Amino acid sequence: MSQITRRADHWKEDHVDGRPLHELTTLNLGPTHPATHGIFQNVLTMDGEIVLETEQTIGYIHRAFEKICERRPFYQITTLTDRMNYCSAALNNMGWHMAVEKLLGIELPKRVEYMRVIIMELSRISDHIICNTIIGQDAGATTPFLYVYQWREKIYEVYEEICGGRLTTNIGRIGGFERNFNDVAWQRIRNILKELPAVLDEFDALLVRNRIFMDRTINCGPFPADRALQYGFTGPNLRACGVDYDVRVADPYSSYEDFDFQIPVGRSGDVYDRFTVRQEEMRQSLSIIRQALEKLDKIHDKATFRADVPEWVLPPKQEVYNDMEALIYHFKIVMGEVEVPVGEIYHCVEGGNGELGFYIVSDGGRTPFRVHFRRPCFIYYQAFPEIIKGGLLSDAILTMSSMNVIAGELDA
Amino acid sequence: MPAFKINTERDQLTVDRLAERFGADSLTHERLYDTLCFTVPREKVHDVLAFLRDELDFHFLTSLCGMHFPGEELELGTVYFLHNMRLGHRIRVKTRIPIKEPKLPTVTDLWPTANWMERETWDFFGIQFTGHPNLKRILNMEDFPAFPLRKDYPLEDPTREDKDNTFFGR
Repeated sequence: MSQITRRADHWKEDHVDGRPLHELTTLNLGPTHPATHGIFQNVLTMDGEIVLETEQTIGYIHRAFEKICERRPFYQITTLTDRMNYCSAALNNMGWHMAVEKLLGIELPKRVEYMRVIIMELSRISDHIICNTIIGQDAGATTPFLYVYQWREKIYEVYEEICGGRLTTNIGRIGGFERNFNDVAWQRIRNILKELPAVLDEFDALLVRNRIFMDRTINCGPFPADRALQYGFTGPNLRACGVDYDVRVADPYSSYEDFDFQIPVGRSGDVYDRFTVRQEEMRQSLSIIRQALEKLDKIHDKATFRADVPEWVLPPKQEVYNDMEALIYHFKIVMGEVEVPVGEIYHCVEGGNGELGFYIVSDGGRTPFRVHFRRPCFIYYQAFPEIIKGGLLSDAILTMSSMNVIAGELDA
Repeated sequence: MPAFKINTERDQLTVDRLAERFGADSLTHERLYDTLCFTVPREKVHDVLAFLRDELDFHFLTSLCGMHFPGEELELGTVYFLHNMRLGHRIRVKTRIPIKEPKLPTVTDLWPTANWMERETWDFFGIQFTGHPNLKRILNMEDFPAFPLRKDYPLEDPTREDKDNTFFGR
């Protein structure tokens, strides 16, 4: 609506006596700029306020995870996955555990799978809270960033009770969880279910039908669905363009087929659609958690929190000190003496930003032969120049924050 | 073993269509866990991928990554992860190339998303994608002297003496 549409290459034709009519400006957006929410650089060629060309430089926090993985046993790689999309670290952890379980052929009890679903959906909510409140912040609405953000804190308090970590969680183990959820954790999860919906409604009331916000975001940075698919978009950004692809439904993992939920889709793929899709996804996530709690209530066994695979799950310390068998397994796992099948698998989960894939090639050794992470951010951020071309600089900022580009995932 | 969702019929159809078009002996295939993997010679890889995209509707390039198998005749390789979203069908296409002449045709003309993936593969494995619009390093600095994901590149400083990795690490 408010976007000025001009042909982006008009300046090439506007020459008088061999000199361009317009004076073009080169602007460095980043590497450290508050509006990029991360360390990456965009060199913009601008005609006044209008972005003509963008050159992206990434890799500022590249930490060579794929190389490090080749020297670490499987259970030590979990900590690396935390540091990819650190806004939803628990989701990455779960994805990695499931990928390794697929390689090893471990089947989990239903209770553990439902517990994982709860953690993954909480993690998705925290990711979307971060993204959506930052969209508000960049559009000039500071309230959500301060008010809704505290719910991310409440979600971290759940993690804290389960695994001790908060931001980079290292939650769960290959084959289940490190310990059962305690009463405080369950209470906190129920508390979030009870109180967050009202907060989300308030968040909606602040922005969704807000005239200023709508004028600012509708038709800002739109992207057509066919281009989005060609560019490998997944997750909320693809769904905002109108494609209902969600890994949870397309390739159900961790018993997602037992749950009843909807996939919200947008239409034009602009900032407003990305915002509303994420907003609705948080509600769907809450509904999934509610269903998971109901299903867990029906399961009589309240003690199982991991699969019965002693050769893969690190035994509790108490048992290691007092039980010979546990000590043997502890030693074997830590020293990497456990047999790993030769093979290769690709497993993907619906991460906060889209299809988060893990490709593991194992040659039967202590460590994987090769690991490749499919990082959704890395793949869709390359479309950024095309999205912002011909638009205003201020729209580019908003587009970037609505794409939820996380530097850790971008650079791995 | 958990039950994987394997659609044998669909896999067989893909194999048959490819064999019909490119000849049965030029491509080998195997099923690794739940996914069908094709190994394609370098000369045919672009045609095979174009055929898969246009005729068999594998319209989505999920990912692309490099591989290195030291000591083998065809040391380097790439893996293309293809996805047919309408049918929910995933396959992988692999190709192997010698390290002396690490050249592959680009697939950026088929999928624009391959742009950065190929740059990443060039950056880490030194595989040159001919026809790529902007093949330069992406995550490492531009004057980085090596291709670090090749197996012969040491992870740690080889001159260090304070660490003994005889029993740890590969």
